[in-house]
Amino acid sequence: MGTFVPGTGSEQLLMLHESGYADWDALFADVPAQVRLADGALDLPDGLSEMEAAAAMRALADKNHRFAHIFRGAGAYRHYIPAIVGRVTRKENFLTSYTPYQAEISQGILQSIFEYQSMICELTGMDVSNASVYDGAAATAEAAAMCTERKRNKVYLSQTLPPQVIQTVQTYCFGSNTPVQLVPEKDGVTDLDALKDLLDDTAACVIMAQPNYYGQIEDAAAIGKLAHEAGAKLVMNCNPISLGLLATPAECGADVAVGEGQPLGMPLAWGGPYLGYMAATTAMMRKLPGRIVGETTDNAGNRAFVLTLQAREQHIRREKAKSNVCSNEALCALTAGVYLSAVGPDGLAQIAQRCCDNAHYLASQLEKAGLKLAFSNEFFHEFVTECPDAVAVLDALAEQDILGGLPLDEHRILWCATECNTKEEMDQVAQIAKEVCGQ
Amino acid sequence: MKLILEKGAEGRHVSLLGNSQVPAVQLRAAKRAKAPALPQVSETEISRHYSALARRCHGVNDGFYPLGSCTMKYNPAINEEVAALEGFTGVHPLQPAYTVQGSLEALALMEKKLCAITGMDAFTFQPAAGAHGEFTGLLLIKAYHQARGEAAQRTKIIVPDSAHGTNPASATMAGYTVVNIPSAPDGCVDLEALRAAVGPDTAGLMLTNPNTVGLFDKNILEITRIVHEAGGLAYYDGANLNAVMGIVRPGDMGFDVIHLNLHKTFSTPHGGGGPGAGPVGCKQLLAQFLPGGRPVLQQSGSYDLEADQASIGSVRAFHGNFLVVMKALCYVMMLGRQGIPEAARNAVLNANYMRVKLQDLYQMAYPGTCMHEFVMSLQPLKDQCGVSAMDIAKGLLDHGIHPPTMYFPLIVHEALMVEPTETETKETLDEAVEVLRGLYEKALQDPEYLHACPHNTPIGRPDEVKAARHPLLRWTREENA
Repeated sequence: MGTFVPGTGSEQLLMLHESGYADWDALFADVPAQVRLADGALDLPDGLSEMEAAAAMRALADKNHRFAHIFRGAGAYRHYIPAIVGRVTRKENFLTSYTPYQAEISQGILQSIFEYQSMICELTGMDVSNASVYDGAAATAEAAAMCTERKRNKVYLSQTLPPQVIQTVQTYCFGSNTPVQLVPEKDGVTDLDALKDLLDDTAACVIMAQPNYYGQIEDAAAIGKLAHEAGAKLVMNCNPISLGLLATPAECGADVAVGEGQPLGMPLAWGGPYLGYMAATTAMMRKLPGRIVGETTDNAGNRAFVLTLQAREQHIRREKAKSNVCSNEALCALTAGVYLSAVGPDGLAQIAQRCCDNAHYLASQLEKAGLKLAFSNEFFHEFVTECPDAVAVLDALAEQDILGGLPLDEHRILWCATECNTKEEMDQVAQIAKEVCGQ
Repeated sequence: MKLILEKGAEGRHVSLLGNSQVPAVQLRAAKRAKAPALPQVSETEISRHYSALARRCHGVNDGFYPLGSCTMKYNPAINEEVAALEGFTGVHPLQPAYTVQGSLEALALMEKKLCAITGMDAFTFQPAAGAHGEFTGLLLIKAYHQARGEAAQRTKIIVPDSAHGTNPASATMAGYTVVNIPSAPDGCVDLEALRAAVGPDTAGLMLTNPNTVGLFDKNILEITRIVHEAGGLAYYDGANLNAVMGIVRPGDMGFDVIHLNLHKTFSTPHGGGGPGAGPVGCKQLLAQFLPGGRPVLQQSGSYDLEADQASIGSVRAFHGNFLVVMKALCYVMMLGRQGIPEAARNAVLNANYMRVKLQDLYQMAYPGTCMHEFVMSLQPLKDQCGVSAMDIAKGLLDHGIHPPTMYFPLIVHEALMVEPTETETKETLDEAVEVLRGLYEKALQDPEYLHACPHNTPIGRPDEVKAARHPLLRWTREENA
């Protein structure tokens, strides 16, 4: 059996006796006898040695198939991860510390979060950022809660948000008894006329994605204008890579900017751990959930970082707190900080441009292969095609070890290209699609 | 120390991208007016910057970390290796089920193991942290009452005043009114107060057992019976499971729904505040409401993801913090039938060993046997010489020991909550006892010294009032300031 208890059997007994206990049972005297598990009654297999456990875990990992070529996004994106990112985030001091309650011995974590917050503010143009939450979907749900007030509590969700985000916000709103209004999509983007008609004086916020689920670039400023005219806030869920190129949430008038930070240096990892980033205007600062790091000085006047604005949080406000967040995704925030340091402002713009260029090349080749683009608006690094048999195309690609786009229905496929995709790969995808579509 | 944003120079960078092989596209959509002021640094600078930051952190690998309620046990190295396997890191969350059989089997396996440990019937791995799990569990309770047509009537969640702050906060997020009940003088649930609080409006009770003062509530079967008789459900906050895993199961204590903190009990690292994992388990009566797709073994012998029609939906995207779950799975595989209770026994032993060696000097908030942690009240010391729990905590920093949890639970004045965990050696515990006893003596002789602690850390005590009054939450480039 494996164990991480250092004490030998005789050491354990010695300590037990030194502590005044005759046997192990005496330590657990308060546990009612009728529910105590008998020795060996725990229904688990015998423990394994490290070598055996490593082999068992590897056997499980080997039952997964890693595609050599990936053209699927839909909320999780494969980007190149600079080697320095893993080197930094594997450092044990970062990995094995808790939330930085003791600032004097936690300056490294605190400063890394402060740097992360600064970079998120730079990316989004917003005034303040928190230390992160669980993922982009949870961040969006928390943003909705930031905007709701007693009389203005209706949350408007564009149907062009990723379905996993819509579902998460709906589930949070089921909890808080918050009404949700879905805003229809038209030609792959939010239907502005419908939004205008739907908005009323109970509107708390309008939540949209940029680029949206279909990869389309929304007229965020126009959506923001409609929201603000109705007295509601604008929440933008933005792909952080796209912010290397596109207008920032601040420039579009957003009150809260959120999103999935996974593209900033985190592997696909079957969905997690990921990173929910959240940033807001100064006016919304005290409504941000979770941890926030601030700069101050120590008793000798040295620069110091601490967890701050804690009067917002659950351990102080308890049932009056607006959010229960305490653990966040600090190591993922560190990851994003290292990633953004490695790519820098020029690198981020180049990566964004390359994603966009590759996606447009892929789209043009697929069009030549006989697939049709489903929507007419501009897109960033994802787009939707139509063809007679989506599954047949994807199956043919899978045979060549290519994970094609995500099938949305029988005919439509949501494709994604990033800087990782080569021209040869994209030509191959188009060739296979052409063979299947028979043109 | 300078921020990485204050280092580097215009134009410095790490080479990453090759030349483009495809035509460049000019988008018509609105572009950002100016580039973000991200760092412009070389790889050398990045490496040295973060190495310097790492030296200014204290992790479990650096030394003793008896942070009560957080279960800072050693994080096995093998966990990190298995979580880094490319078969786990390289798969997309929306791949077809037939290409992720390993992930699905791993979750199904972990579900089975956690059911065995907790006495539950089903688990979801979607929640990313303990608080997230609490919220999820409460939504299951809400869905249950709704399905029975009692949602409008059952609007209250009962929470003891000793509970973690997340409990009442989660209840509010789930749309409930919180009923706080006072603890009995022994730190446990006051049965009379509980009986008075329950009624037809009770949706449920949230409880940790062992509780936040480190005691196993021996009335637990009566407590859950009272809640059930009132038509409510019992929620188990798994923060303190480390004391009793393999010894007694929450399901057998009468709990209906539970969250676990894999980053506490099951040895996955905390990463400076996350990512964690807060899987939620429940009895069969709640299983249909669990969020997210769950792995189900098909007749064909392969796994598929299925969500029940009655599911509450999703509490985040995809399948949870999957890699964290893989670390915990490796840990449970290694410990197995004997190792799980062995860990619990030694967690309790280590806490009692320290308690007994300190109790003649430090006042124990509740005398007698503790579970995996004990709470001391520094009020007598403060009354005597003005040295507070905070001062003693800061004194520990100079000895390379992470302080215990301070000022929690709220029902104990000047509280220090000590949780040594099972992975510490007797020598470490003896040293910590010696340091704590030394600090007590020092406080009596020279209180000023303790007020001025720490003396040997990268910074002294920070000005938290200034941080809150004049929030400086980000760096701004000078020309923008």
